[in-house]
Amino acid sequence: MPPDTRAPRRPLLENISLWRLRRYLRPYVGKLVFIWLAAIVGISASIALPLVGERVVDGPVRDGDSRALLLLGSLALGLGVLEALLIFLRRWAQIGPVLGLETRIRDDLYAQLQRLPMRFHGEWQSGQLLSRATTDLSTIRRFLGFGMLFLVMNILQLITVTVLLLNMYWPLGVLVAVSAVPIVLLSMRFEKRYIRISRQVQDEQGDLATLVEESAIGIRTIKAFGRRHHVFERYDEAARRLYGTSMEKVRLSARFFTFLEVIPNVTLAMVLLLGALAVGQGSLTLGALFAFTTLVLQLVWPIASLGYILAMAQEAMTAADRVLEVLDTVPEITGGRGRIERPRGHLRFEGVEFRFPGADRPVLHDLWLEVRPGETVAVVGATGSGKTTLTALVPRLLDVTGGRVTIDGHDVRDLELPELRSIVATAFEEPTLFSMSVRENLTMGRLDATEEEVDDAIRTAQAMFVYDLPWGLDTRIGEQGMSLSGGQRQRLALARAVLSRPRILVLDDTLSALDVETEALVEAALREVLREATGIVVAHRASTVLLADKVALLAGGTITHVGRHHDLLAEVPEYRQLLAQDADLDPSEGALR
Amino acid sequence: MTSATTGWRGVASEDQDELPDKVSGLLRARSRRLLGDLLAPHRKGIMVLTAVIIASSGAGLAIPYLVKVGIDAGIPPMLRGEGTGTLLTVVGVILAAAAAQALTRQAFLKMSGRIGHQILLELRRRVFDHFQRLSLSFHEKYTSGRVISRLTSDIEAIAELLQAGFDGLVTAVLTMAGTAVLLLVLDVELGLVALVPLPILLLFTRWFRRQSAIVYRRTRETVALVIVHFVESMTGMRAVQAFRREPRNQEIFERLNDDYRQANARSMRLIAVFMPGIKLIGNLTVAAVLFYGGWLAFHGEVTVGVLTAFLLYLRGFYEPMQEISQFYNTLQSASAALEKLSGVLEEEPAVPEPRAPRPLPQARGEVRFEDVRFAYVESMPILPGLDLAIPAGQSVALVGSTGAGKTTLAKLISRFYDPTAGRVLLDGADLQELDEPTLRRAVVMVTQENFLFNGTVLDNIMFGRPGATERQVREAAQAIGAHDFIASLPDGYHTDVGKQGGRMSAGQRQLVAFARAFLADPAVLILDEATSSLDVPSERLVQRALRTILADRTALIIAHRLSTVEIADRVLVMERGEIVEDGPPDRLVAADGRFAGLHRAWLESLS
Repeated sequence: MPPDTRAPRRPLLENISLWRLRRYLRPYVGKLVFIWLAAIVGISASIALPLVGERVVDGPVRDGDSRALLLLGSLALGLGVLEALLIFLRRWAQIGPVLGLETRIRDDLYAQLQRLPMRFHGEWQSGQLLSRATTDLSTIRRFLGFGMLFLVMNILQLITVTVLLLNMYWPLGVLVAVSAVPIVLLSMRFEKRYIRISRQVQDEQGDLATLVEESAIGIRTIKAFGRRHHVFERYDEAARRLYGTSMEKVRLSARFFTFLEVIPNVTLAMVLLLGALAVGQGSLTLGALFAFTTLVLQLVWPIASLGYILAMAQEAMTAADRVLEVLDTVPEITGGRGRIERPRGHLRFEGVEFRFPGADRPVLHDLWLEVRPGETVAVVGATGSGKTTLTALVPRLLDVTGGRVTIDGHDVRDLELPELRSIVATAFEEPTLFSMSVRENLTMGRLDATEEEVDDAIRTAQAMFVYDLPWGLDTRIGEQGMSLSGGQRQRLALARAVLSRPRILVLDDTLSALDVETEALVEAALREVLREATGIVVAHRASTVLLADKVALLAGGTITHVGRHHDLLAEVPEYRQLLAQDADLDPSEGALR
Repeated sequence: MTSATTGWRGVASEDQDELPDKVSGLLRARSRRLLGDLLAPHRKGIMVLTAVIIASSGAGLAIPYLVKVGIDAGIPPMLRGEGTGTLLTVVGVILAAAAAQALTRQAFLKMSGRIGHQILLELRRRVFDHFQRLSLSFHEKYTSGRVISRLTSDIEAIAELLQAGFDGLVTAVLTMAGTAVLLLVLDVELGLVALVPLPILLLFTRWFRRQSAIVYRRTRETVALVIVHFVESMTGMRAVQAFRREPRNQEIFERLNDDYRQANARSMRLIAVFMPGIKLIGNLTVAAVLFYGGWLAFHGEVTVGVLTAFLLYLRGFYEPMQEISQFYNTLQSASAALEKLSGVLEEEPAVPEPRAPRPLPQARGEVRFEDVRFAYVESMPILPGLDLAIPAGQSVALVGSTGAGKTTLAKLISRFYDPTAGRVLLDGADLQELDEPTLRRAVVMVTQENFLFNGTVLDNIMFGRPGATERQVREAAQAIGAHDFIASLPDGYHTDVGKQGGRMSAGQRQLVAFARAFLADPAVLILDEATSSLDVPSERLVQRALRTILADRTALIIAHRLSTVEIADRVLVMERGEIVEDGPPDRLVAADGRFAGLHRAWLESLS
């Protein structure tokens, strides 16, 4: 779950997230002024146009004045062209600022997310982050680009027309103005309920998507157990729930939109009735009543859309909150200033403690370990003993909560992050491949690698299969491209780590998915690589442990023994338990040996 | 174009986007069929709906006209002192029309909403069910990503059409048609003048539609790339940061984001031309009517009231055009989505259910292969012709290098695939004659994938046998040696495993998967590399458990690590789809063949 980040006290306006995004509009101030001017003039033209029409009807037509007709007709023509032109200019001018804003916030969001540490990414699902980078940003874009403009324009139009109406005949003007009040009030109330139910629909769509995702990714398991009906029932239930909520939303909006349309019509009838009576009393001319009803008809749309636009505003504010929640998160892991001139790869864990936030017990505590330059140490421990956490502390994917990790005597927290991470490279157990070419996946850690270096790394990792792919190293792999087996992925991840030629190479159970023969070949090649680098090898199997010069046994959150494999095997029962295949099996079970 | 920003993606066989006309014609016909099929149960509802919306639009259009009547016919008698009768009648009619419009409109919104959502529900159920029916061979080619987008974004595209687009379109079209009729009724000559721009408008709209189809596709393509890159960066953040990939990623992302911006800009420019274009045509028509109508009024050929009514209606005439063209984008994406969905629905399962399934009440677990041939691709046979008999209750270990056909053999027994030729028999019955529930009750396969579903540990084990009691689940876990670790979890069996088991280690997931398979209690259990991510102590536990579990059932065990092989009664060594060695493990070790070699290498690796 996203952490509850309490905003510090700020001036009132600063609490509105949307307002804080204004700096993204700063480069476009000139254009924005132009857009607003165009909008206001355009509105005036569109209000004036029917007035000219009335004037034509009331004046020249009645009086038979053809010159006045020509004049007023030309005026109407001019206004009509002007209105269209202004709309065009406004829309055209909007493109730059509106898209510029969206694009730049998205770039910044992405940059910020790349800065935020693994802790953050462990807590946030990528789907949540994606909806901030896409849906929320489009909501903001739509509001700042159109919604806000229409909001202001509609209000302006409302005020102008109401003033006009009040001027023409104030009792009717008051009637029209008053009729807008229930609409606005109801809109605000509706909007709250509407947002609530929209959220619920979104959540339920999310639940449905989760089920879809599971059923697609877990298809083998479902098939293996023949649980098609079971899975379908779960999906069906969720789909029906979504149907129910969607219908509730339909009913709510049906009631509301109908109400929005009925009020202006009733107002119109009242205007007609009272207007006619006023004409009867002589306090209003017939022509004025024509104009009056036309103007009232013109008000229907701005009033009706007000509720919709207010809802949009609300959504944009929530969206801005959600975007700023990410942008405001302060990265806990930031680089220091230090550099190491010629790193030797002397790695020390000095009394290291690591504790997940809020956890009672630390995962690691009082952990001491020294790995000299060129030396390789195997870390052995039971499942869940913290081996992966230990390796993550070196490249600062996680930070120690006590003690320190040093490289060549420098605390890793004092080093520049890129510097540190060029010294350390990790091949993870679950390899991450991206929808990119094989080459791009391999050269992640070293963009400038030559063809020979890439080839060497591929051979070390026994990943020659890449040359048989349809487009060789240019073949796209990953979710959107060629799919590879677990063993193939691991070998590519290994090649990637080897290619970055680190001073310190971390292999986090990298060979688990390889078959025995390939594993033997990879190990032989890795020996060469590890001769030159400092190595940490997380291992489950004796064969992998043998890559190392010494073994560290991780138990109970700390390193209890360090020594040679055979010595530990002979002396430490706990170690024997973990690594010896034949430990405490009875003789008959070991008969094959 | 520098390779720095374009070469990174690499090449893949893209989806067929550009289709020849004939094929796209077929596609359209296919999706029309699906659409007809979906609409069929609602035929009556749609007819009622049509009547309701016509009534509603009629009432809506009548109101401005009634106002005019009120002024023209209601006021003069009042001024003449003949009372307010006519006026009050007109006002009453207006109120009635407003009420009628409100009621019919509300009914329309609710009814169309209900029909739309029912269609969606039906479509969701159909497509989901069909995906689940389709064979593994389909899913392996189609990939999970595409399954997910069919069932999410494609369905949503259709939802959008049904919800927003349809309502808007119907109202817009009816408003336009109604207005046109009214104008002609009011005055034919002036009405024709007002309608002259209509063909121009239609041409203009057609141009816009064509352009927007192109622009729209470009927007979809670019946003898809932004999303893929974003999601992959976030899910692979550990690798990104560990390998200092950030600057390069930023460069790629900004490039993709900019492509998206340009595509969006193109679409906005198009709209910036189109919208005022419509407005211009509308305004020019108003001016033309003013000139011509004024001139006609001079000569007394139209009344002032008619001219006023014209001006009133004309303002609202061309506005719906904007809505109609907006609708076009929604329609485009919805019909593209429908095309893809109808394609999926027409896909036949490669492993079909038998028409007359053969009953197999109590499977014993005898498996036989009779001259089985199999190839994923025709030119590359995996099994050239395999004969094999496994008596009920025997544990068989399958050994051999990668690509020897071990997994294929396992998949044939689980009938994930059907053989190209020959038969696979369970207790003498061809697998193709057994229905799915019977087969799955008898044969269960555990792979190294060990997928967990969102939910608790209990839910996940129970997946093996829905309806099992909690006690049975515990017993299964105990038998497999998973009970201790599960009991030590914060909420024991009720601990949430997280998204797709994300809160558990690979080893823990595997243990749960084992317990699940054990609870299912099949006659034939297939373990395909099922112990590969266990550490040694857990593997030892599982192996000890396996001795009891496998005692009375047929088992096929595929493992790279020979430790698992030890518990087998019989070892098969496969090479290039053929069985090259067959016998009890100790005899094969003694025989000094291929297995003996593997076994020696394995022993050395343990030392």
